[in-house]
Amino acid sequence: MLIFIARRLLFALALLFAVSAFTYVIFAALPSDPAALTCGKNCRPEVIATNRVRLGYDKPIVVQYGQFLNGIFKGRSYGVSEGVHCPAPSLGYSFRKHQCVTDLITRSLPVTASVALGAFVLWMLIGVGLGTMAALKRGRWPDRLATGFSVVGISLPTFFVGLLAIMVFVIWTGLLPFPRYEGITSNPAKWFMSLILPWFTLAIVSASSYVRLTRNGILEVMNEEFVRLGLAKGLRRRTLIIKYVMRAALLPIVTIAGLDFAALLGGAVITESVFNLPGMGKLSIMAVNDSDLPILVATTLVAAVFIVIANAFVDILYGFLDPRVRLN
Amino acid sequence: MTVSNTSDSEAMPVADTAIVGLSPSRLALARFRRDKVAVIAFFVVCFFVFIAIFAPVLTSVFNLSPYALDRQALNDYGNPIGYFGGISWNHPLGVEPGTGRDILGRLMYGARVSLLIGFIGTIVTTGVGLVLGMVSGLRRGLLDSVITRVADLTLAFPSLLLIIALNRPLTQRLESIGVPKGNFARMTYIILVLTVFGWVYMARLIRGQVLSLREREFVEAARSFGASNTHIVFKELLPNLWAQVIVFATLSLPGYVAVEASLSFLGIGLMAPAASWGTMLGDSVRYYRADPTYLLIPGVTLMILVMAFNLMGDGLRDAVDPKSDRQQL
Repeated sequence: MLIFIARRLLFALALLFAVSAFTYVIFAALPSDPAALTCGKNCRPEVIATNRVRLGYDKPIVVQYGQFLNGIFKGRSYGVSEGVHCPAPSLGYSFRKHQCVTDLITRSLPVTASVALGAFVLWMLIGVGLGTMAALKRGRWPDRLATGFSVVGISLPTFFVGLLAIMVFVIWTGLLPFPRYEGITSNPAKWFMSLILPWFTLAIVSASSYVRLTRNGILEVMNEEFVRLGLAKGLRRRTLIIKYVMRAALLPIVTIAGLDFAALLGGAVITESVFNLPGMGKLSIMAVNDSDLPILVATTLVAAVFIVIANAFVDILYGFLDPRVRLN
Repeated sequence: MTVSNTSDSEAMPVADTAIVGLSPSRLALARFRRDKVAVIAFFVVCFFVFIAIFAPVLTSVFNLSPYALDRQALNDYGNPIGYFGGISWNHPLGVEPGTGRDILGRLMYGARVSLLIGFIGTIVTTGVGLVLGMVSGLRRGLLDSVITRVADLTLAFPSLLLIIALNRPLTQRLESIGVPKGNFARMTYIILVLTVFGWVYMARLIRGQVLSLREREFVEAARSFGASNTHIVFKELLPNLWAQVIVFATLSLPGYVAVEASLSFLGIGLMAPAASWGTMLGDSVRYYRADPTYLLIPGVTLMILVMAFNLMGDGLRDAVDPKSDRQQL
């Protein structure tokens, strides 16, 4: 088991290294001149030239990447004469916003985490709940209702659901104020109010596929022989379903959920732009509009880190629960 | 999904009356025909494809030019005159705020873009995924590990973020290497990134299938007769894979149509006056307080198309995989 965990972590580390290298190379190599992007339209060549030196774009790409990695572990100073220092872990310096990228990210991450966490809880409740109901009442109206919900939900783009929600709950009925994000520490009530719509929007869209997964998972397990055995030896249906069927059926769903949640932490790009939430996704979109490369490298990397960690975690968890996985 | 109304017991009599056994594809077709929801979905899809193909004819016959600016239909603030976004005899689904372009006409032309990106995206990703998956499963060894590692790496990237971030630089790159400027380059970019991030799922599915199929007796038998690799790929393996490939492709197509819409909403996609459903939706966001109809019409249309594709795909899957029936009913 220890060997399995060690191997899995080593693989994750290698993957992270590869992802960071690729991200850096992609963003450094694609634009014709990354330094020219550091200042606006009416930019003088001298400014571009100094920025090129300050950001290290004059050096070969391997050196640049080395400096970038070094910055993550040791902190890094940007600029030649006056110099700005970003302490470790430094993910770069935004010449557009004149701030360390790490600071920008630590400010955006809690927003995205709030959105992701609430939505995750909701969608698991809705998805697994409806899916279980559908499986147990197979073929009858609760099943029809749940599968209908799932078909419609899967077919709706997130932004459309979000805009509809704003239209119905904010503009037409006025039940909720237009979401304006407020930190949980400064005003918990407002924080909650501002996140209701984003939570439900994400939850409805994501729950749809979980209804389907849960329903099919439970039905599949119900066909297993141990279920028949349980019935034969006179277990109550309720006990059987809760203790045995759900346990077996939910395992794969929990792992998928872990991956989905991690992907969301990297930035709920669409939800954040619909509801104007200042999270990681919004930060990235603004960086795209400003051509702010250092921010983009950092947000991509942070998102990738979440995905890789979640993958490793889920694999290890699976290794604990199912010994066959360890052999592979 | 309760889309399937068929079961083995219902499909059997067909096989019984025709004592000469039916081929699996005929059986699947028979099962699909019995599935009312899937058949309706299939006709809905056909309807949209028809509209997309004949959009220029239809718009000129009904006088619904998607580009003509109708100032008459707008008030002084640029909002459509009349209820529900200016619905009238001249403009059955209303007009675009600000310009007065006809929405039905734009929807028809938009169907072309949305479906084109959906179809091309699906064909290219499925093709690339199929080839890489087969190579990976058949060759094993170094090539297999390279492909598998690249797949792992691809999945580790936040795709949507990268697609947005790389839009401008990559589109410029494409234009600089000779792809026609403007909307053509933009569409090429979308299809390119859909392929780069989409091939993995197909490749994994096919690789797994090939790994198990290659050990089966019929492949071994063919090999023992000295069959060439080409023969094994085309005569032994592919016939066993096509059903899954088609189902997978049908179910991924609506995903691409929806992704195109989401990207357009975020500002990546065609430029006006050209229209896709996604750009219409993205544009409508600016007006949705004053003119909610403009948001609802392309949104609901998109939903119907995506839903039809999903239901058709579900029906197809149930039809080609008889095992799925047991748990569906």
